[in-house]
Amino acid sequence: MKILVPTKRVPDTDQKITATADGSGVASDHLPFVVNPFDAIALEEGVRIVEKLGDDSEVIAVGIGEADYVHQLRTALAMGATRAICVECDQPLDPWNVARLLKEIVLREQPDLVLMGKQAVDDDANQTGQFLAALLDWPQATFASRIELLAGEIRVDRETDHGIETLRLPLPAVVTTDLRLNEPRYASMAGIMKAKKKPLDVIPVAELGIALEPRVEVLRYHSSETVRRGERLRSVDELVERLRQDVGAQA
Amino acid sequence: MRIVVVAEHDGTAVRGASLSALAFAQSVAAAAGGDVTWLVLGHQVDSVAQDAARFAPVLVVDSPALENPIAEPFARVISTVVKERGFELVAAASSTFAKDIVPRAAAQLGGAMASDVVRHELVDGRLQLDTPRYAGAVTATVVLQGSPQIVTVRGSAYAAAQPSGETHGVERLELDSAVFNCRGSYEGLKSKQNARPDVTEARVVVSGGRAFKNAEDFEQHVGGLADALGGAAGSSRALVDAGIAPNELQVGQTGKIIAPEVYIALGISGAVQHLAGMKNSRTIVAVNSDPEAPIFDVADYGLVGDVYKITPELIEKLESHAVGLSR
Repeated sequence: MKILVPTKRVPDTDQKITATADGSGVASDHLPFVVNPFDAIALEEGVRIVEKLGDDSEVIAVGIGEADYVHQLRTALAMGATRAICVECDQPLDPWNVARLLKEIVLREQPDLVLMGKQAVDDDANQTGQFLAALLDWPQATFASRIELLAGEIRVDRETDHGIETLRLPLPAVVTTDLRLNEPRYASMAGIMKAKKKPLDVIPVAELGIALEPRVEVLRYHSSETVRRGERLRSVDELVERLRQDVGAQA
Repeated sequence: MRIVVVAEHDGTAVRGASLSALAFAQSVAAAAGGDVTWLVLGHQVDSVAQDAARFAPVLVVDSPALENPIAEPFARVISTVVKERGFELVAAASSTFAKDIVPRAAAQLGGAMASDVVRHELVDGRLQLDTPRYAGAVTATVVLQGSPQIVTVRGSAYAAAQPSGETHGVERLELDSAVFNCRGSYEGLKSKQNARPDVTEARVVVSGGRAFKNAEDFEQHVGGLADALGGAAGSSRALVDAGIAPNELQVGQTGKIIAPEVYIALGISGAVQHLAGMKNSRTIVAVNSDPEAPIFDVADYGLVGDVYKITPELIEKLESHAVGLSR
């Protein structure tokens, strides 16, 4: 079994994010980067599947970005990925172009399963996995909260607005992961030491032979602010009074 | 601009979130010129088509292959209809249904897609779209390159479209059988029954957080206050992870994103991921024992104290004062 896990590096979600003063971007210079939390869940799931199979199965972590992306890929290797591929690209990419580049990696590697986060917590687009499934013409299961391996197939529980939906898909397939699929492990010291010796291939983006086609032009960014009354109440009676005025009046 | 709106439905009627997507589409059509059509997908969906026809003309694709929502056939049907009919803009609600199938269709249509549109403006003939990023901390104004453009629209950002007062036409489409090919199979849906309105549809949402220790307490306090106000019960991620509240109640960046008239946060500290799901609510009330909890920074009204003491008192006083909202 070969599992491919595309990952994205994103600013640490605990940090406060603001737009730059001129609106040209996000003030990110001071921000530490991490593996997108949903991708970490995908990676963890891939590692667990391979550990359970106990054969020569492998988990391949993929990253697309600037050269220092290798730091996050080393983290992925320390968490248990078998090897990693860094597609070096210094241009900003929208989901369409990420999916097109990932398709080329999939065609090279021929995995049985692509596991990736349902969304990246920077652009929150929730598109890339579905785009990749469409470009490969593979079946897809998004928002997975449970994955069961069957013979040549998978059964996936999906988190939807209306409850947990269960799908069965033949492999190869693309599965995107939701929060409750698992709790990703921290890289152990032994894992970090091992990761240094694991293969990490760097591929210049030009080698993939894909001419980038921008689909999303960002005109400007602005920080979101809402002004709130911020009134501190002293008793339940005051709250009832406010609800009666504000809420009751709207009914 | 020729616009099509994917109608999400419950087998009988169009869901409210799709009416918001229709309102977005109508607003774009009013500014840019053009027309708006529904696309209803499913099996035995005559009543849905009739409901949709109260708002706009309807295209229907009815097939046993569309009985359950599986991305492969749904996406192919959407992209096929969009190509055949020459639609230039495809809109759908920001629901898990649309987030699954619409991006797949978008990739078959060239990949020009924006998710979770909260505002739009036509400038020099170009459709500018505001999309939240970083859990809503930042908003990006974008223009999509290429045609068709595909968008999902946040229901909380657009008031639902109203019936037009006339009955529009319903056209049934026959598509080649290959369009319905599907390699996956649907094995069912498990949902906890909930007699209350959904958090995405209610005018008042009462949400509980880590302060609640078990499902009984959650039901008694959060459910009880929701019932007293005729609203929906919601939850923070912590309670869903702990198995105290069902998944579909989760409000937040990775759960549902809502903007009710009143949002009452009980024992929720206010992590940025939770705020992303509710901070655009019109009035926010927070009750928390920690006076420093970040939820108070976004609240209109804050009350410091133990939710186990405050909530029963609040329910009792609301009921005796008859403060409530119709659903």
